[in-house]
Amino acid sequence: MRELPHVRNGQALPFGEVPELMGREFRHAITERVHAGRRVSALFGIPDGDRVMLVAVLASDQQGLLELCRTSMENGFFSLTSEIPQVHWFEREIAEQYGVVPEGHPWLKPIRFHGPYRGERDAWGRDARQAIEPGVADYFGVEGEEVHEVAVGPVHAGIIEPGHFRFQCHGERVFHLEIELGYQHRGIERALVGGPNPRTAHFMETLAGDTSIGHATAYALVMEALTGTTPSPRAQGIRAIALELERLANHAGDLGALANDVGFLPTASYCGRLRGDFLNTTAVLCGNRFGRNLVRPGGVRFDLSSEAAADIVARVRETLADVKNAADLLWQSPSVLARFEGTGAVSREDALRLGLVGPAARASGVERDVRSDFPWGAYQMHPVPSVTLRTGDVYARACVRWFESRNSAAFIEEEIATLPAGSVCEATAPAAAGHLAAALVEGWRGEICHVALTDERGRFRRYKVVDASFHNWFGLAIALRDQQVSDFPLCNKSFNLSYCGHDL
Amino acid sequence: MLRILQARLKQGYRTIRYPCESPTLPTLYCGKPEWEAAKCTEGCRACIDSCPTGALSKASGALTIDMGRCLFCTGCMDNCPAGAISFSREHRLAARTREGLVLDGRAFQLAGALDEQMRRLFGRSLKLRQVSAGGCNACEADINVLNTLAFDLGRFGIQFVASPRHADGLLVTGPVTKNMELALRKTYEATPAPKLVIAVGACAISGGVFAGHDEVLDGVPTGIPVDLFVPGCPPHPLTILDGLLRLLGRA
Ligand code: SF4
Ligand code: SF4
Repeated sequence: MRELPHVRNGQALPFGEVPELMGREFRHAITERVHAGRRVSALFGIPDGDRVMLVAVLASDQQGLLELCRTSMENGFFSLTSEIPQVHWFEREIAEQYGVVPEGHPWLKPIRFHGPYRGERDAWGRDARQAIEPGVADYFGVEGEEVHEVAVGPVHAGIIEPGHFRFQCHGERVFHLEIELGYQHRGIERALVGGPNPRTAHFMETLAGDTSIGHATAYALVMEALTGTTPSPRAQGIRAIALELERLANHAGDLGALANDVGFLPTASYCGRLRGDFLNTTAVLCGNRFGRNLVRPGGVRFDLSSEAAADIVARVRETLADVKNAADLLWQSPSVLARFEGTGAVSREDALRLGLVGPAARASGVERDVRSDFPWGAYQMHPVPSVTLRTGDVYARACVRWFESRNSAAFIEEEIATLPAGSVCEATAPAAAGHLAAALVEGWRGEICHVALTDERGRFRRYKVVDASFHNWFGLAIALRDQQVSDFPLCNKSFNLSYCGHDL
Repeated sequence: MLRILQARLKQGYRTIRYPCESPTLPTLYCGKPEWEAAKCTEGCRACIDSCPTGALSKASGALTIDMGRCLFCTGCMDNCPAGAISFSREHRLAARTREGLVLDGRAFQLAGALDEQMRRLFGRSLKLRQVSAGGCNACEADINVLNTLAFDLGRFGIQFVASPRHADGLLVTGPVTKNMELALRKTYEATPAPKLVIAVGACAISGGVFAGHDEVLDGVPTGIPVDLFVPGCPPHPLTILDGLLRLLGRA
């Protein structure tokens, strides 16, 4: 394999050092690496005069390295999706954003329903000034006797974000589920260009509001790489405590939501409350239940007093005990297990081919956790055991959440006990010009990847965000094959993916 | 069954006694912004320049803060050289009009109740359809929280329903993306009159941090009149609850 320049998690390098490969070499570099077990953490376009540059960030979990390469093209490139399914969503995004066509892409559709950012026509030949209707696209069709289609959304029945789902079914049996997103598209990535500015940190915290700490941390790592800043060990510890609290809150909420979807109300109602208790614990750190305004480049904005630290430990202990109590009811109820076991299974092989991340991947037997593969900050000194299951079904995805919750609670307690003294925020210098920085963070949904490229003044020329949901939405579609339509809510909750984090 | 009952005993009774008892808020909680005009130095714009959403302005020299744009990030407080700005622990922030959210130093007018007739209609039973239109999911999560045991919204007769046709009103979150405009308008039209509209969060009120983006409408668009504005990013669940109860004349 040809050597590629690489960075560690949260490092920067001059963009000139990222080699520009010819289209064919670029494809070859990616395919041979993916076949050798690497993953595509990010693949995105950058406008470059008349041309479009593609940058690939390949993660080597074994070595903890991120390899980089790029290519350049005018109107199109040769699609990799047929050979490497995990890039199919990336290629659709590139096509939609820059009006370039990935030739040979098996199912090229818009993903966010917006006009192209360059050129007069979009990748589907439509005039760039034409209004784009959300959700209007070609859908898979299945024909035959007794085959029918069920379409739901964008507005759903509950208090959740909008999306459109189409099921091709035969009776109750689902042949295929097509997922259409884009309704939450707020133009964040586009607005990040030219930053950082006073809005930037807030954009990060609202990319996916339930992952405020995860995304703010990835942004902080990127900025620290670009400015050569090292946050104090104390600040790193507080960030990690906040990140694990975010995981605890969401995992507890998910266990409750799963219980709710099989009509098991005790756990559903307890976990709803327990999620709130974890959110309130985050508010002890910074006043905000979602951890807004806590993590900033250079460190954190609030120090942790000893009383607050003791309060957090007590709250986490008590709340985790209640989560255990509520979760045990699930594992002990045959009616619940009958619905969880074997439902929505994703094989390890499929999980690998689709490039799934986070609990969804680990439930299918894929050991993949940024905290242990690419440790940053406090995780370098203090590893968190990763949890892997095998069956890849709803049951496994539920179990991963419970086991991870236990580990996160233990981590918080140890981290607080050993939190070093010191300052919590360092001043940052201006960002280096013409550099590329990349950072990975294990958010509660899985890998978050941020990549920034600065211009000659140190401003963002491009800022790419890949939320875990971006990798995992197609996993949900696969999980639903051959299931019952009525299994959809359950499968959906077991992934619990972000709409806004995808739509950006 | 026995295990379920045991668990029920262990989990205990958790519903807060709001509004009868005053709530406990986190020590670092930031509620309604306040400032001492006398401390402001003439010509100083430090707070205005540091605000991500343009919530601060100086109209004829005097400071105003628009809570409908404010993210409660406290950036203005941190950047004020005179220490003039602070954030109180007041969580009751909802207003009936958009202008009502603009603080100009005079006393803040808390949201008043609906008129007699509407109160007779909705005071004891209010069904809402929630529409997320570009919300980051934090507002949505804190609305969901009202349905949990801790807040138990149902005890006030307020409920979220699945269909607009069963609803007395809409509760909107998010800056209303262009891609959600049609869905929102259709949902509004499908709700039988008389109907209420409640905008929750900086996004739904003003576009919040996304204000001015080509992709959004900067909050609930014209044609959909709003009856209650609940500021915050996201508002604390108690702020939302307080606003709803005030609207129904129950707080
Ligand atoms: S607290 Fe509100 S007014 Fe102050 S800087 Fe933040 S958004 Fe602006
Ligand atoms: S107001 Fe803030 S918390 Fe609410 S949806 Fe908008 S960005 Fe999210």
